[in-house]
Amino acid sequence: MSRLQTRFADLKEQNRAALVTFITAGDPAYDTSLAILKGLPKAGADVIELGMPFTDPMADGPAIQLANIRALDAKQNLAKTLQMVREFRVEDTTTPLVLMGYYNPIHNYGVERFIAEARESGVDGLIVVDLPPEHNNELCDPAQEAGLDFIRLTTPTTDDNRLPTVLNGSSGFVYYVSVAGVTGAGAATIEHVKEAVTRLRRHTDLPISIGFGIRTPDQAAAIARVAEGVVVGSALIDQIANAQSADQAVSGVLKLCAELSEGVRKARVS
Amino acid sequence: MSQTETQYRNGPDVRGMFGAFGGRYVAETLMPLILDLNREYEIAKQDPAFLKELAYFQRDYVGRPSPLYFAERLTEHCGGAKIYLKREELNHTGAHKINNCIGQILLARRMGKKRIIAETGAGMHGVATATVAARFGLECVIYMGTTDIERQQANVFRMKLLGATVIPVVAGTGTLKDAMNEALRDWVTNVDSTFYLIGTVAGPHPYPAMVRDFQAVIGKETREQMQAQEGRLPDSLVACIGGGSNAMGLFHPFLDDTSVRIIGVEAAGHGIETGKHAASLNGGVPGVLHGNRTFLLQDNDGQIIDAHSISAGLDYPGIGPEHAWLHDIGRVEYTSVTDDEALTAFHQCCRLEGIIPALETAHALAEVFKRAPTLPKDHLMVVNLSGRGDKDMQTVMHHMDLSKQEKH
Repeated sequence: MSRLQTRFADLKEQNRAALVTFITAGDPAYDTSLAILKGLPKAGADVIELGMPFTDPMADGPAIQLANIRALDAKQNLAKTLQMVREFRVEDTTTPLVLMGYYNPIHNYGVERFIAEARESGVDGLIVVDLPPEHNNELCDPAQEAGLDFIRLTTPTTDDNRLPTVLNGSSGFVYYVSVAGVTGAGAATIEHVKEAVTRLRRHTDLPISIGFGIRTPDQAAAIARVAEGVVVGSALIDQIANAQSADQAVSGVLKLCAELSEGVRKARVS
Repeated sequence: MSQTETQYRNGPDVRGMFGAFGGRYVAETLMPLILDLNREYEIAKQDPAFLKELAYFQRDYVGRPSPLYFAERLTEHCGGAKIYLKREELNHTGAHKINNCIGQILLARRMGKKRIIAETGAGMHGVATATVAARFGLECVIYMGTTDIERQQANVFRMKLLGATVIPVVAGTGTLKDAMNEALRDWVTNVDSTFYLIGTVAGPHPYPAMVRDFQAVIGKETREQMQAQEGRLPDSLVACIGGGSNAMGLFHPFLDDTSVRIIGVEAAGHGIETGKHAASLNGGVPGVLHGNRTFLLQDNDGQIIDAHSISAGLDYPGIGPEHAWLHDIGRVEYTSVTDDEALTAFHQCCRLEGIIPALETAHALAEVFKRAPTLPKDHLMVVNLSGRGDKDMQTVMHHMDLSKQEKH
């Protein structure tokens, strides 16, 4: 079983959802970002999404755009992001880690080289925002052959006709983008999310994680009652943006992560 | 080769690929929409009613056909090839951009969309979009980088007069690339109501093919006009390239006529060797941005590098995928011209022909000044005079002041 399968199976047994946290690698700088990454599992993150910075993050809102700029200003690149994963894996061999980003830096690095080094460094899966299933042969297929999960985004515009196409080749979990929009935008209603989860269930047995617009422990708890995973990104990244020092960035992210985790853990018992 | 056979005009394939270039590299939220648009366009382009309406607006609203004008003084000055100007600057709104806007707005209306968004660099596409949105009574939002707003204030005012909302984009260098990112963000947020009216032969399939088809009227007319005036095909075509829509519009109907030499002119800014340029083919490598695989200006980490050109309309780090393919297979020759060369050509065109060209167009003219003198007098050369230069007064004045100061 892959780390993602094991983690979601364990959580199912515990009858709780996963807290999936997103940070951008190298934001605001390599060492601080690595300290945050290393601290996330203890602060209650069950799955980690690590953003690969890109100059033109077309699907991201202001918070993650700025995170990308900070990371790039601090000279983060794909090689350093993979190095961060290696350093993370020295201490943590169980928390699933998924790289998320846009295709061009991977395209430039070389797909074959990227897949090999991602595997070797301890990456479990990939989310590539601008690679729809129509281009599966470029990265999705070879990544899965090499044992990496390929996680698809599904959205409110992905209708029943299109869902099979999108889910074909999905593995690990399904990421449901609960609002049509950029990251960090307004949250969907819980009714909408319930309906979407029911619809997705008809098409897949994979765990479903919900993201976009989830910022508080209460929101996280509400989502945790209806799905297998709750993704939080922009709210954590705001902690980095607002911090006065590197230490404050680390403690701010980890404190919020712990609060969100508590929300998720309490959700199904209350 | 006869016009019924085609070697170079088959693309794209069903996946939107021209060889290794093109495609649909977009976020999932947009995919169903793009597939919808593709379906609608495939139906519309074969619908006689749609084509009739398009022809009507091209004639009575845009003012087509645009003249193919023999530039006698330019020809004399160069002392070589016989130079013809395809007068796209005489179109309504002053550039070729409206050819595409009319086509897409008719499609938007057909699809029941109420809100039009677009990105703009020099503002010509923004003005053309605001114009057709006003004509059809649709809400219009234009994204424009703050740097471009600064250097193209007249066009910003024109868009506002036409009822459009102009949203300044601060991100990045505040130029065309950043405006396109922001327009894409708007589109994913307002998928149901909104039609994204892309201004060039780039973006996810079907945009590169669709914009090309709407612009191909330029080349089709040129063919007929040259036949009527000279009784034969031209020997060479020259056009400037940012995203590449005016060039593709002129080139495409001639691609299979292998006797016609085709030259695209990129913006070399301060010079390709300085790194401050906008020449994606001559100074970039293949990558994926804004929905398509094409040549891009990027660093060794695959991060996009900001383009530089004196002309806001060429200031983009990518190029339409069909151009990337034509470059790859060698059917079209892609060259480049610096800011200074373009400025010189700009002044010469003003004085010799009484035509103030856009700074974008001045890049094509600079190439003509280089090539025409070396060619025989029976060589027929067509330059796409893609836009007029009224919008560039500020930029040109600024540069004239600078060169005066340098002389003192």
